[in-house]
Amino acid sequence: MNINDYINSGILELYVAGQLSETESKEVYDLMLKHPEVLKEVLEIEAAIVKLTASVSPKKDISFNTIKGRLNNNSTSGKVISLNRSKTKWINYSGWAAAVVLAGGLIWTINMKSTLENQIQTVTTEKDFLEIQMETSKTDLAETKNLLNIIRDKSIINIPLEGQAAAPGAYANVYWDKKDDTVYLDLKGLPEPPEGKEYQVWSLTLNPLTPTSLGTINDFIQDDNKIFKLKNANQSQAFGITLEPAGGSPTPTMEQLYTLGVLASL
Amino acid sequence: MDLDNLVIQFKNKDEKAFEKLYNMYSDSMHGVIYNIVRDNTIAEELMQDVFIKAWHKSDSYDVKKGRFFTWLINIARNAAIDKTRSKAFKNASKNLNSDFFVDIIESQDNLDSSTDAIGIKKFVDKLAKKCIEVIELLYFKGFTQKEASEELNMPIGTIKTRNRNCIKELRESVL
Repeated sequence: MNINDYINSGILELYVAGQLSETESKEVYDLMLKHPEVLKEVLEIEAAIVKLTASVSPKKDISFNTIKGRLNNNSTSGKVISLNRSKTKWINYSGWAAAVVLAGGLIWTINMKSTLENQIQTVTTEKDFLEIQMETSKTDLAETKNLLNIIRDKSIINIPLEGQAAAPGAYANVYWDKKDDTVYLDLKGLPEPPEGKEYQVWSLTLNPLTPTSLGTINDFIQDDNKIFKLKNANQSQAFGITLEPAGGSPTPTMEQLYTLGVLASL
Repeated sequence: MDLDNLVIQFKNKDEKAFEKLYNMYSDSMHGVIYNIVRDNTIAEELMQDVFIKAWHKSDSYDVKKGRFFTWLINIARNAAIDKTRSKAFKNASKNLNSDFFVDIIESQDNLDSSTDAIGIKKFVDKLAKKCIEVIELLYFKGFTQKEASEELNMPIGTIKTRNRNCIKELRESVL
């Protein structure tokens, strides 16, 4: 192939215009690599066309900087707007989602708080209850210790009272502290008094038989350990317990004598 | 081959290389687009779009299939022609007269006094009508040889040789 004929054929001008087939274009490309004069010719044709076309431009000197910012976007301007739109949508959605999550969290927190407050209330009540129980236990223990001390005390006189005709199965114990003029009555062995009746405790002297009322037991049913404390400044020789109408009687009703006991020393 | 290296760097997404190519070809693309749409604002927008499109489509350019300039001018022409076919463009009732690019060059009284401009003016002044038509169709409008021969009522072979002679004259004027 004569290269000059090839150049003069006008094929290179068509090559720059983009009017050749793919095969022809490839041929020109290969020849440019092989023959510098072909390359030179193509470059000159191209330069001339660039200048001619540029001379048609009103030449406003549009700087590269005006497009530089758009190079790293993955789309043209129209799609950039849609990208912004979708961004806004995303922000909107996430905003709403965050609000819903927050509201949910708030409701959960309020529920949780109310539940915890209820629990605290329950625990406080339980604590109060336990404190009362503990206080009661302490009191009970103190009373029991006190009783134990009384029973063990050497100076205290113990008088067992035996069941009488009115209540043969009944029994009682009297612990008399002469120093304090006090009697402790253990009435565990007595039945509960019927409605409207009370036990009345009597101090007795035997010759002549003279009863003196020490008082009535008006809280027999309520008292758990059935230990009662009464004053006794008498020179008692015996003790008796009768069932009397509520409030007590001036003299004992002998038919209702439940228990009776005489001091051992006599 | 400086230009070839620039094109390789451009395909590797080198912004510096792309900027050089932009500076080399942006006026040329602007001219081609302006010749089709005849509206300066639209032409500027389209020209910028063409370079951005080229940047994002750089993978599709194959040096063995043609010149980078040829690839770019194709994108520019297609963008401009698409624009003239758009509804918005037609509604704006652009009065697209059938003037050739030479009329634009001659009407530009603000042509700078660079040697290029002077050379172009001289070239245009003495250019035969047949040259103007051929260059207009092949380079500005992107007509194929066959389309140009039909348009100008001229055998294909004549288009080829006439174009060769016309470009030769142009080169003598501007290079």
